[in-house]
Amino acid sequence: MSDWQVKYKSSLKDRGTEGILKLREGMLLFVPNDPTSDSKLKVLTPNIKSQKYTKEGSKKPAWLNLSNKQGDSHIFEFQNYQDMHACRALITKALAKCEEEQPKKPAAVLTSAEQLSIADLELRFKRLHKEFVETKVLTEDEFWATRKKLLGKDSIRKSKQQVGLKSMMVSGIKPSTDGRTNRVTFNLTSEIIFQIFAEKPAVRQAFINYVPSKMTEKDFWTKYFRAEYLYSTKNTAVAAAEAAEDEELAVFLKPDEILAQEARQKIRRVDPTLDMEADQGDDYTHLMDHGIQRDGTMDVVEPQNGQFRRSLLQDLNRHAAVVLEGRNIDVDSENTRSVAEALARVKQVSKADGETTKDANQERLARMSRLAEMEDLQAPQNFPLAPLSIKDPRDYFESQQGNVVNEPRGAGTLKRNVHEAYGSLKESILEIRTKGLRDPLIKPEVAFEVFRSLTQTISTAKNIIGKNPRESFLDRLPKSTRDEVLHVGKLKDAMSNSYSQLEAMKESVQSELRHQLSLLVRPMQQALDAAFQHYDADLQRRTAKSARGSAGEANGSV
Amino acid sequence: MATVASKLYSDDVSLLVLLLDTNPLFWSNRSTTFSQFLSHVLAFLNAVLGLNQLNRVVVIATGYCSCDYIYDSSLTLSGNSESGRTGMPALFGSLLEKLEDFIDKDEELIKEQEHDERIASSLLSGSLSMALCYIQRIFRSGHLHPQPRILCLQGSPDGPEQYVAVMNSIFSAQRLMVPIDSCYIGTQNSAFLQQASYITGGVHHAPKQLDGLFQFLTTIFATDLHTRSFVQLPKPVGVDFRASSVFGQSKLDGASTVSDKKRKAPDS
Repeated sequence: MSDWQVKYKSSLKDRGTEGILKLREGMLLFVPNDPTSDSKLKVLTPNIKSQKYTKEGSKKPAWLNLSNKQGDSHIFEFQNYQDMHACRALITKALAKCEEEQPKKPAAVLTSAEQLSIADLELRFKRLHKEFVETKVLTEDEFWATRKKLLGKDSIRKSKQQVGLKSMMVSGIKPSTDGRTNRVTFNLTSEIIFQIFAEKPAVRQAFINYVPSKMTEKDFWTKYFRAEYLYSTKNTAVAAAEAAEDEELAVFLKPDEILAQEARQKIRRVDPTLDMEADQGDDYTHLMDHGIQRDGTMDVVEPQNGQFRRSLLQDLNRHAAVVLEGRNIDVDSENTRSVAEALARVKQVSKADGETTKDANQERLARMSRLAEMEDLQAPQNFPLAPLSIKDPRDYFESQQGNVVNEPRGAGTLKRNVHEAYGSLKESILEIRTKGLRDPLIKPEVAFEVFRSLTQTISTAKNIIGKNPRESFLDRLPKSTRDEVLHVGKLKDAMSNSYSQLEAMKESVQSELRHQLSLLVRPMQQALDAAFQHYDADLQRRTAKSARGSAGEANGSV
Repeated sequence: MATVASKLYSDDVSLLVLLLDTNPLFWSNRSTTFSQFLSHVLAFLNAVLGLNQLNRVVVIATGYCSCDYIYDSSLTLSGNSESGRTGMPALFGSLLEKLEDFIDKDEELIKEQEHDERIASSLLSGSLSMALCYIQRIFRSGHLHPQPRILCLQGSPDGPEQYVAVMNSIFSAQRLMVPIDSCYIGTQNSAFLQQASYITGGVHHAPKQLDGLFQFLTTIFATDLHTRSFVQLPKPVGVDFRASSVFGQSKLDGASTVSDKKRKAPDS
């Protein structure tokens, strides 16, 4: 609270107006010496964003440049540096003091400020200022400090997105161990507390119940982390023993009752047509060599201590559900209890919303039963039976066989014809009975003809049905017999012999007859040549086939 | 015991079941009369019975709307009532008598039927079934039985309404290993008979000249099953496998072209 003689310059070029700079509680006042001038200035201390000053060593005069939050800058030229520094120090102190100030009566201010728009806020704000500051309820500093905090909160809410929960699980927090002593230290922040309360409603409930009636908050958390530690050691026997001793500890070690109840509620409302079989197939965790414990190891547990184990899946699922629900509590407080209560309240509200009335329940059940009909419980539906009408298949056949059947001459004529036919048949029988068999039974020519035709039929049938008509009888014999019959080797020798004999014959004859002889001999030679060629080709073919066959066989066997 | 029994029965003993077509509508407009036909057939039966003392013959008449057993050689004793008649071997007196009775019954039946607009086919399926029943009875009578086969003497065209029943009989015969020989004396092809012979391993033949029927019968159809392994019998060039029945494809009249028939290399 002091005054200085300064020159106020709105900008550097300004000549400056002389006046007095007064520093009061929460603001700076500049009153010019000349009462007629209108460059009166009032700068509120909280609005001062920063201050700049000229250095002592420079040739410039002692200037102090205050810039406020609106972006204006006010330059004050002091008479000497000493004044300037003093003023600066005071302003700095005032600014620091502003920041430290705790809000007094925050509730009242909050409710009033939240409801109004900015214009209204300004108005109300001015009124409030008058009300509180004038009546000395609040000091200026405190008032402005509260205001600053409000502004800060508002801006945060408007500008930033809602902060969600961390994905990292609470159980992932590892304590720090002191190598020397036998202590583990857990670090606890409000964030962590919030997460614990959100995920484990039993712990929250226990907190509300026990603190501060039974134990202090520190004790509570100590017990909680002791339980966590026991979990992490996976020593179910010790856990059981400790749970038996300490009732509060047992709360932390047992599975979460509130959660279980919630789950049961949800299960009751599941659609009965849901296919649970498909879900059961996915349950691999109860297989023999499956099941990941929290730290990746696995061991068998005695059944009576089964409740002291938690599975990784349970934790994961719960954490994921909580993260997805999001942070729906705005209470950002150091007070753990208020956080717990706030969470509990939220849960109550959601539960109340979730609960359906009795009528709604009935309606839902009726709808579900209509959707999920069970066939064997339905009443028998007697549909009207359509009589079977089988048509006579003959109608269809006759319609197709138009060209075979004679034109229908009418039933009467047909009947007459039939009668006649039968008559003639009976006559025949009578005839044969009286006359006996024919004599001769068959004419010999006819018999011979029959024989001949039959023989021809049989032989031609054989020829046609045979594979290759050009093949002779010999070809149809198997190779071995054929070779035996033909003695191929001998035959070949004989043939070549005759071939050479022919050649010799040709040589032996005199030259003038040779030509004639060769003409005579040529057909036979040609025949022999052809025979040899054919045989060689056939042999090649057969060997190739057998080679292929054996190769194929080899391939097949591989 | 079994070997002794087989010596009693040589392997060429046969039981011939003859299915005789007595459809009046077919016989009424034929050049060959029924009596001529019958004489050939009866002589043939005599010849079969003469081949082996233990041979047996059963005749089933295939009528227009009924079938019946006409003759069973194992039951008929030497004739007593036919001694008065001339020319007729006493052996067949009862056959002819029964045939006459059968035709009378058939006539009665046809009078009762209201509509007669189906093809003039004989009841082949019925007679086939009766033959198979008789053969089954023979099979169950004991170890000693001759080798049965069926000979189908047919002239009437195929009745498509009998397709399923005929095919059933054919397959039953195939399972019983009873060959069905068929001699078709009609004008058109009979797909049923061709298929029957093909499937069961019998002989099919359609003789053109009916006055030489006896020769045909004795040359082709008198051979017993054992002999057939070394006697070459005429085989048809192809078998008509066209679906000629339930959905009533119209048959070609006259000879089908060769390309229509499937070429099958018959087992030699």
